[in-house]
Amino acid sequence: MNERARRWLVVGIALLAAMLVTSALIRVAGRAPAQIFRLLLVGTWGNPYGIGQVLFKATPLLFTGLSVALAQRAGLFNVGAEGQITVGAFCAAMCGAALPTGTPALLAVPMCLVAAACGGALIGVVPGWLKARRGAHEVISTIMINFMVRAAMVGLGTLVFERETVHTRAVIPAALLARLSRYFPALHGSAANLAFPLALLLVVAVVWLVSRTRLGFHLRAVGAQPRVASAVGLDVGRTTIVAFALAGAIAGLGGANFVLGYKGYYEDGFSGGVGFVGIAVAVLGGLRPLPLTLAALLFGTLAQGALAVNAICPKEIIDVLQAVLIIAAASASAVLARGPVGSRPLGTRPIGSAAGQP
Amino acid sequence: MSLLVLGFLAAVIRISVPYALAALAGTVSEKSGVVQIALEGLLLTGAFAATVGADVSGSALGGILCGALAGAALAAVYAVVVLWLAADQIVTGVAINLLADGLTRYLLKVRYDSASNSPRVDALSVPPLVHGGALIQAITHPAVLGTVLICLLVAFLLKRTVFGLRLRAVGEHPAAARTLGVDPRRVRLLALTLGGLLAGAGGAYLAIEQRQFVAGMSSGRGYIALAAMIFGRWRALPAVAACLLFGAAESLQIRLQTQGGLLPEWAVQMLPYLLTLLVLGGIGRGRASARRHEAPSALGRPLPP
Repeated sequence: MNERARRWLVVGIALLAAMLVTSALIRVAGRAPAQIFRLLLVGTWGNPYGIGQVLFKATPLLFTGLSVALAQRAGLFNVGAEGQITVGAFCAAMCGAALPTGTPALLAVPMCLVAAACGGALIGVVPGWLKARRGAHEVISTIMINFMVRAAMVGLGTLVFERETVHTRAVIPAALLARLSRYFPALHGSAANLAFPLALLLVVAVVWLVSRTRLGFHLRAVGAQPRVASAVGLDVGRTTIVAFALAGAIAGLGGANFVLGYKGYYEDGFSGGVGFVGIAVAVLGGLRPLPLTLAALLFGTLAQGALAVNAICPKEIIDVLQAVLIIAAASASAVLARGPVGSRPLGTRPIGSAAGQP
Repeated sequence: MSLLVLGFLAAVIRISVPYALAALAGTVSEKSGVVQIALEGLLLTGAFAATVGADVSGSALGGILCGALAGAALAAVYAVVVLWLAADQIVTGVAINLLADGLTRYLLKVRYDSASNSPRVDALSVPPLVHGGALIQAITHPAVLGTVLICLLVAFLLKRTVFGLRLRAVGEHPAAARTLGVDPRRVRLLALTLGGLLAGAGGAYLAIEQRQFVAGMSSGRGYIALAAMIFGRWRALPAVAACLLFGAAESLQIRLQTQGGLLPEWAVQMLPYLLTLLVLGGIGRGRASARRHEAPSALGRPLPP
């Protein structure tokens, strides 16, 4: 079976398993599963507004998914996208609010984006350094850093949040990203904005970087065989740090979707777990432009669909669906890639090696 | 003054119970060589099942039993997925946490028609064993005594029993253990299920202590327990000691809140994670030993054929 067929099979099996489990749970609530699934589709892809909202929800997932997928190529597991996108969003908001009101958009938007990327990279580089120089496993350190970021944001919030709110001062109008509805009036009312095409461009750029440049080659070499890479003279530690900084910058940029494209300010708790769903996007899509985008759209559809079904069935059913989807996808890809248990090669790589190796 | 101190110590002990149980769960699981980042989800599941159990059976004890069993069941699902289907442990662990959060919220709405909390359930009502001050009361609280007993039992199990030796062996070198006739997969399944039982009981304690289930009530405790496990370098009693340390920081925060506080709340929340990060980074130890965190050697690696 070739790689492409296997990917589709994994998605098919995972979707089927997820729908089976959630169907049973929907029946527990005394509702008809078919009706819920129909509502999920109609409420998302059934009208232009729904489509726009799917794009909006898929945008941060594209950033975080790309971040995780890039790190994965370098043999690293980035569980820290949640913290990175938070810091990125905060930095973008602070930068946008600090700019003088007369700043032209051509200057203001890039400055905010750079701030977001720098914020994410700054947080991303910490687990990279800890891994490269102190041997600390990146999964644990990124989990710890996620919580430290959350606590730090509470502390920073007391300093910079507007009185009686949990959000920062609004950015200057010139720093805002235009809504897609300006170019496609049918999307009117939806929050989809220029961060989506920006994410698509970034995906193409990162895939190019990894597959066509010297740095990308180093990343792949370190990810595939760190000892060999070290033996032929590559600086494994430095590459690890650079990979994590890049992954952090990409996730940090994702903050632009909410801050510059939607609300115009940083708000406590805006991310809603996109860093973790990004892991699922990376598992399903890998570091390939089309599958990664489709995976982000799938989870974006689920996120928006949850709101559509909420009227007749608690929206948390979609969280369950997502979780089962992830577990089934991880299982199916492991089984299909390695054959049944007992026939796998000796595992030589540390934590995270089984996850959707692209 | 001494009364204040005793009251404070009592609060520390009460706060630390779920941490300690979850940290022990993590230790037992990871000692067998499987990464367990789903402690948060196990706590939450245990808390919800305990509430339903107490509600249905009409007794807090029945609730705690339900909570522990639900934790064990979820952990067994995790074990089968990562051991037999060989799914990635981190990805699955993250998904189990998402699953527990979604499922408990969903069932809370379906069963109790509430987005925030369940109705009240009975508290654990056991007549006090000994009469005395707050500290005596806290120490002789059946849940606390039970936790202390469980801590000692787990430490004994890991260090002094045949099963403990096998558990540590499959965590260090599964291939070697297999040549001696120990099936790593089975031992790991048992270890993870036992961990689920412990973490489920920890969650049950949370719910019974608050006498209701509140959506998302584990609120990061599973991750603090994970931090305590690493802080205690994958050893049972040091991990519990770390829990007491983190619990002390938390209750100190609550105590001093009314007087403005020593440290702001966010700083106290950050403390366990920061300390663990420092330990991970090998701060305080020589550079040469920085690479040794005493983690089980085979932790997170797929089993050899």
